[in-house]
Amino acid sequence: MSTDDLTEDLTRNTANAPPELLTRSFFFLCAVLSIFTTLAIIALLVTEAAKFFSVTAPLMGIEGETASVVEFLTGTEWIIGEGKFGVLALVTSTVMVTLGSAIIALPLGVATAIYLSEYADPQVRSLLKPALEILAGVPTVVYGFFALIYITPALRTVFPSIGTFNLLSASIVVGIMIIPMVASISEDAMSAVPDDLRQAGYGMGATKFEVSTGIVVPAALSGILSSFILALSRAIGETMAVTVAAGAQAKFHNPFNPAAYLDGGSPMTATMVNLLTGDITGGGLAYRSLFAIGLTLFVITFAMNVISELVAQRYREEY
Amino acid sequence: MSQENMSNDNVESPTEDPTDDDMLLETDVTSGLEEGTQGSRTTHERTIVEAKDVNVWYNQDQALRDITMQVPENKVTAMIGPSGCGKSTFLRCINRMNDMIDAARVEGELYLGEKNVYDDDVDPVALRRRVGMVFQKPNPFPKSIYDNVAYGLNIQDIGGDHDAIVEESLKRAALWDEVKDQLDESGLDLSGGQQQRLCIARAIAPDPEVILMDEPASALDPVATSKIEDLIDELAEDYTVIIVTHNMQQAARISDKTAVFLTGGELVEFGDTKKIFENPDNERVEDYITGKFG
Repeated sequence: MSTDDLTEDLTRNTANAPPELLTRSFFFLCAVLSIFTTLAIIALLVTEAAKFFSVTAPLMGIEGETASVVEFLTGTEWIIGEGKFGVLALVTSTVMVTLGSAIIALPLGVATAIYLSEYADPQVRSLLKPALEILAGVPTVVYGFFALIYITPALRTVFPSIGTFNLLSASIVVGIMIIPMVASISEDAMSAVPDDLRQAGYGMGATKFEVSTGIVVPAALSGILSSFILALSRAIGETMAVTVAAGAQAKFHNPFNPAAYLDGGSPMTATMVNLLTGDITGGGLAYRSLFAIGLTLFVITFAMNVISELVAQRYREEY
Repeated sequence: MSQENMSNDNVESPTEDPTDDDMLLETDVTSGLEEGTQGSRTTHERTIVEAKDVNVWYNQDQALRDITMQVPENKVTAMIGPSGCGKSTFLRCINRMNDMIDAARVEGELYLGEKNVYDDDVDPVALRRRVGMVFQKPNPFPKSIYDNVAYGLNIQDIGGDHDAIVEESLKRAALWDEVKDQLDESGLDLSGGQQQRLCIARAIAPDPEVILMDEPASALDPVATSKIEDLIDELAEDYTVIIVTHNMQQAARISDKTAVFLTGGELVEFGDTKKIFENPDNERVEDYITGKFG
């Protein structure tokens, strides 16, 4: 090979050859598309919600009925017929379902993860892990009917006064729904704990329980807490199950009053479904309230995801 | 040390059985290494760990063949040999860490004091509380330095002044001066050599009978290695140290007794370190020591 050939060969610039350029552009386009779609949805939420509030509606060219931001954020009654749009009546129900499902799902999910990661032999794990993931794949509306048809009647034997639609059965069913998520992510985090640490624990004469709870769980804390927050986000955003189980009667509750769980309520997501399926007129105030609720929901789940990221960083251990 | 704690001082311990006629395993009542750094520990030898015909299989593969040896108390016993010779496997038999490997099967008798640790009534957890272990790779817990050292005290419900025990253990591990102002900081923030000394402090805090070390310096730089070696030498004043190493110079420097394992899981020669390195009985050992193979 002459030196000219060699020089030419060495300066081919493969990085900008047509196939490279083409694939690079294609992947870039895909990435842009998904980000653009998300941003567009957020923009839509914000502009439509702006038409709802009296402060911003004139800017959007809306005349007629609007609602006050202050009343929306502080009001405790949600009665569309009377023009009462107090989102707290919806938020409290969402908080209750989230809280109730967390009480059920977080301990059970972590316990399941500990069992799968530390105790189950490989054969059992290879059966249980896919089973959990199937549980996560059941359509949520099925969970809703499960709550309505089985959980509520079962609860009635304990609490005769419980309503047909109630937040307790909604909490239970959402809890069941998010267990797989907590268990699966926590199990991944625990499995990622280096075996060196377990060996160290056993070498010190720790029992299996002491190694699992005293070494593996703290070492996997970042992943476990992330799973909690993701599961809570899921509970907040869960729609069909709560629409079926909790009812449509918007009602302000004290989330920390256990008796309130026996009553029905209308979480934010369920309210939106009911608004859409009801006979609301396009462009009317009730219609625009949908976006105001949607924006509230988005802000809450977005904040949860940011917190999740921060928590994961804070507790991340470098082994 | 707490010989009284684990067994009464029975003169007829199985180790001093005169019928044990294997030449290689004969333990001199007065050690050959009377000079040098180990000079102060040359009096009467008591056996603390004794293996009798220990065989280990991993599935069908035999990893150890008829290991019979007596490890003297308050000495440093080194186990050397090429990779795959079974020296680490033997170490892990002593505190039954091999129990956790499903494929591993151990036969034979292995005494700690006068109790065969493979007896059915021996609880491996209890055994490991009396036999500390230091691993090849430093593996402090993702906890504070203090909590790392106090770990054994906490899980064993050992009372007393934990602050004092932690301080004492860190001093013995030659780490106290470096970490005394940062006991609340994570053990993972230390350097590799410091982490390994932290692991040693953690191992000695509950005051075990024996400390097993599995190539404790192999992941460390020469300076950190030399600190660990000095430390092992000092530990032997109060503890029995059994150390696996692939570094023959290290074995020669720090041990009183040396066991040479060769490929196939055989214990080829066991005796005073000085004799093993200067005038081994076995030709294969001589070849190995002089670097002809392995």
